[in-house]
Amino acid sequence: MLKIRCPWCGPREEIEFSYGGQAHVAYPRDPASVSDADWAQYLFMRDNPKGVFLERWMHGQGCRRWFNAARHTVTHEIYGTYKPGENPPEVPA
Amino acid sequence: MSRIEGRGRIDRTKPLDFTFNGRALRGFAGDTLASALLANDVHLVGRSYKYHRPRGILSAGCEEPNAIVQLERGAYTTPDLRATEIELYAGLSAASVNGFPSVEFDLGAISSLASPLLVAGFYNKTFMWPKAAWKSVYEPLLRKAAGLGVAPDAPDPDIYDRVHWHCDALVVGAGRAGLAAALELARTGIRVVVAEEGPEAGGSLLRRPATVDGIDGAAWAARARDELAAMPNVLLLTRTTVFGYYDHNYLMAIEKRTDHAGPGRAPGIARQRLWHFRTERTVLATGALERPIVFGNNDLPGIVLANAACTYAHRFGVALGRKAVAFVNNDQGFALALDMHALSKNLSHIVDVRSEPTESLRAQASSAGVQVLPGHVVSCAHGGKRVSGVTVERLGNTGSQRIDCDHVLVSGGFNPVVHLFSQSPGSLRYDAKLACFVPAQSRQAVEVVGSANGDFSRELHIEPLWSVQARLGRKLPGKHFVDFQHDVSERDIGLAAQEGFRSVEHTKRYTTTGMATDQGKTSNVVALALLAETLAKPIPEVGTTTFRPPYTPVTFGALAGRDRGDMSDPVRMTPMHAWHVEQGAAFENVGQWKRPWYYPRAGEDLHAAVMRESKAVRTSAGVMDATTLGKIDIQGKDAAEFLNRVYTNAWTKLAVGSCRYGVMCKPDGMVMDDGVTARLTEDRFLMTTTTGNAARVLDWLEEWLQTEWPELDVYCTSVTEQWATVSVVGPNSRRIVQALAPELDLSNAAFPFMTFRDASVAGIAARVFRISFSGELSYEINVPAWHGMALWKAVIEAGRPYDLTPYGTETMHVLRAEKGYIIIGQETDGTVTPQDLGMGWVVSKQKPFIGSRSFARPDTRRGDRKQLVGLLPEDKYFVAPEGAHLVASPQRATFDPVRGSPSIGHITSSYFSPNLDCAFALALLFDGANLMGQTVHCALEGGLRAMKVVDPVFYDKEGKRRDGID
Repeated sequence: MLKIRCPWCGPREEIEFSYGGQAHVAYPRDPASVSDADWAQYLFMRDNPKGVFLERWMHGQGCRRWFNAARHTVTHEIYGTYKPGENPPEVPA
Repeated sequence: MSRIEGRGRIDRTKPLDFTFNGRALRGFAGDTLASALLANDVHLVGRSYKYHRPRGILSAGCEEPNAIVQLERGAYTTPDLRATEIELYAGLSAASVNGFPSVEFDLGAISSLASPLLVAGFYNKTFMWPKAAWKSVYEPLLRKAAGLGVAPDAPDPDIYDRVHWHCDALVVGAGRAGLAAALELARTGIRVVVAEEGPEAGGSLLRRPATVDGIDGAAWAARARDELAAMPNVLLLTRTTVFGYYDHNYLMAIEKRTDHAGPGRAPGIARQRLWHFRTERTVLATGALERPIVFGNNDLPGIVLANAACTYAHRFGVALGRKAVAFVNNDQGFALALDMHALSKNLSHIVDVRSEPTESLRAQASSAGVQVLPGHVVSCAHGGKRVSGVTVERLGNTGSQRIDCDHVLVSGGFNPVVHLFSQSPGSLRYDAKLACFVPAQSRQAVEVVGSANGDFSRELHIEPLWSVQARLGRKLPGKHFVDFQHDVSERDIGLAAQEGFRSVEHTKRYTTTGMATDQGKTSNVVALALLAETLAKPIPEVGTTTFRPPYTPVTFGALAGRDRGDMSDPVRMTPMHAWHVEQGAAFENVGQWKRPWYYPRAGEDLHAAVMRESKAVRTSAGVMDATTLGKIDIQGKDAAEFLNRVYTNAWTKLAVGSCRYGVMCKPDGMVMDDGVTARLTEDRFLMTTTTGNAARVLDWLEEWLQTEWPELDVYCTSVTEQWATVSVVGPNSRRIVQALAPELDLSNAAFPFMTFRDASVAGIAARVFRISFSGELSYEINVPAWHGMALWKAVIEAGRPYDLTPYGTETMHVLRAEKGYIIIGQETDGTVTPQDLGMGWVVSKQKPFIGSRSFARPDTRRGDRKQLVGLLPEDKYFVAPEGAHLVASPQRATFDPVRGSPSIGHITSSYFSPNLDCAFALALLFDGANLMGQTVHCALEGGLRAMKVVDPVFYDKEGKRRDGID
């Protein structure tokens, strides 16, 4: 049960949130001009690091807003959460 | 009776009568079931799992592997509780969990003759042939012979609660170290929780003589407890086991509130509470557990851990017999044996593997009249249902003697209780000087104090001794047990390594050591040490297996809490629900919604009801509760543009007052949901979704608006529960609606298909849509939800002259399938495009939308993808099972009579239709569009059934019935 800080509501229990996978995977501005290979990359390929991962969460049982988190996939330490458009927090190397 | 006069923290003024295996016995308040049994000279308490060997009480705590019992009967019965932890109460009734016909005379003991065959891995090697014999012969036999205890077959009659608690510090364990830590923390004023497994604070201070700060240990503990209990910032919980350590300092515990009083004695009070703690820091003062030594017949009743013998004497005033021998490898075990002897006066020898035990302890033994044998080991114990003597040998095979005794104290060392620390997760380090694993590193804010951290109350001077057989270097008689509860022997460990199971995780699973209800608390470290010796590796290299919650078993009722039965999941009901129930409707669950499935009349089954309902709808009129469909209000100046991006078809030019069917896809081009969306004003739409996807679609819309298109001015609101929907369907639907809305012009010219009108219907302000999911003339009347029942009843009344028939989801499915209309989740499964469904007409070529790019992908462009078709069975009564696979005709060259045929598709929907007077189905078939008229076969276990590939629209292909037939 992670403790996650919603940037609007403050720290809450993990059970209030739903998970949104890798962050900063932008929907291509002009899909028609994207090659099949790049389009498949956007559709199906996501990073899976053993280490710090930038990911999305949605406060479904609260304000229902999307935000981002920097979480270590092994230790589950969350280095920080940030709103869409903001910069990720500093994380240890 | 084996009580020690004037000793023990029991109340001799409160005798308690109880029964064990049908035998009437007496104990006292303060006893556990185990101490009361021992006080009554009951040592044989069970039969072992595989070999049915007689077993006795080994310990005085949660590490107990042998003395597990079935407590109480009927609805309150609980299997496999440890007698060492059950607090005695008046009228307690318990029994051994195995042993037939009794623990004393157990027929199962015969299996010990087969013991050479029952070695590690025998589960995987035996009872395999013949295959058929497994179900009829082997399994029933094994079930009877094996097993520990009986599960209750009535619902749990107790109440359980849960508490969520925040604190600054959680201290686990209220022994000496825990109380000291708690006091230090609490005196600073922060919020402290102290959780103690036992009924009172004190830990080992209650189990043996000790001095703390110059006063008696138990008195010091009482003083500390009183100080903590008086502080407003402290929550002190007893009978509370912290069983799991999770992320970010979240820990869970189970508090047993009424178990000690007996079952059903405190009605209305929660039997147990599940605690969820979120703390800033954790202090683990979980103590250490003693471990045994492996020697011949080390499982005989009467062979106990040294600290247990001391605990029974000191805390419970119980002597374990007349003549004891102790076998130790460390100073603490030595001292515990002497502490016991000080009260019981029955210890004759201390056998110490160390050639030079600590001098001060030797002197103590000497003045107490106890003979010490240094440099000696117990090689084998003797006895039948109880130990009667031991063979003691001098190291170096230089002599042996037999010593008579009726109980044996064993101390092979101490293991810090590192379970919670390891779960945090924390790494362990093997301390060679202490011969045990101690906590090393954790990333959580946790500290470990006391013996849990390897800070024992005295220097151990331990000489590691895992197996006497290995130490003496020759095979010894008897069986040498490592895991008592699963009957795993030293030989099994060796066998596992020999067969290639050399990782400790593999050895554990192959032998099942450490996998019983005690989770290896007395056996894990011994097992891995033996494995290390077998592999000639140092112990740290072998390592421990993974520690997982719960530390001790937790009853399911406590985890469910109040969320059981009717409360286990919210039930969503429409405003008309009571009417459906009163009519005797059968219901089906669509998500959490209860939807009427069919309305059976007297004597009707599903089939008969659906025949009647679907015929009625197409010949006269039917009424259906469509309230559950998702409804989303979408408004803002960019609403139409947003719909354009989300749906596959075009929306900007939809007229106000009109509605349109829309399909939405995921970026991969696969159909996600569908529904009809209406334009209420220039900037406002009402979207409908499928019942099951309502929340998912709203989340989807929000995700795109928030994360990709925040510049769009669009607001989405769920209004699913705000509107009730009554669908009046069939050739007479117009007449019925007219009767309720006389002012509304219902002519086709004034009120065309796929438009809506605001009107007063049955005196209620309503919005009426001309939408049809059946292909018949149909009106969907929407009113604010609190008027739903009134509208429904008014419609029922108005429908009487036309024999208006209420119908449920089954009939709804049949009617739409006859028209070839798809249902999301039935004809789609996340791998189906609109084109696969023959719905290219809903896909715009002019504008991009979510998924449009993917239609150009090579795999999505293939012409031979699975495509929607209709199927008519050769046997008109054959209703194919939904999900059944289709294969090509057996005349084709590809059919292999041995291995069968590849699947060429599957059946998505299948019904019998009274309107068509035959069975029919929808299916997804590879290259279906090109297979019209061909025969395929539905492949079932019983054989192939021929079906003809046809157009998926079976009824009224021209759509003439949509505007009414008169």
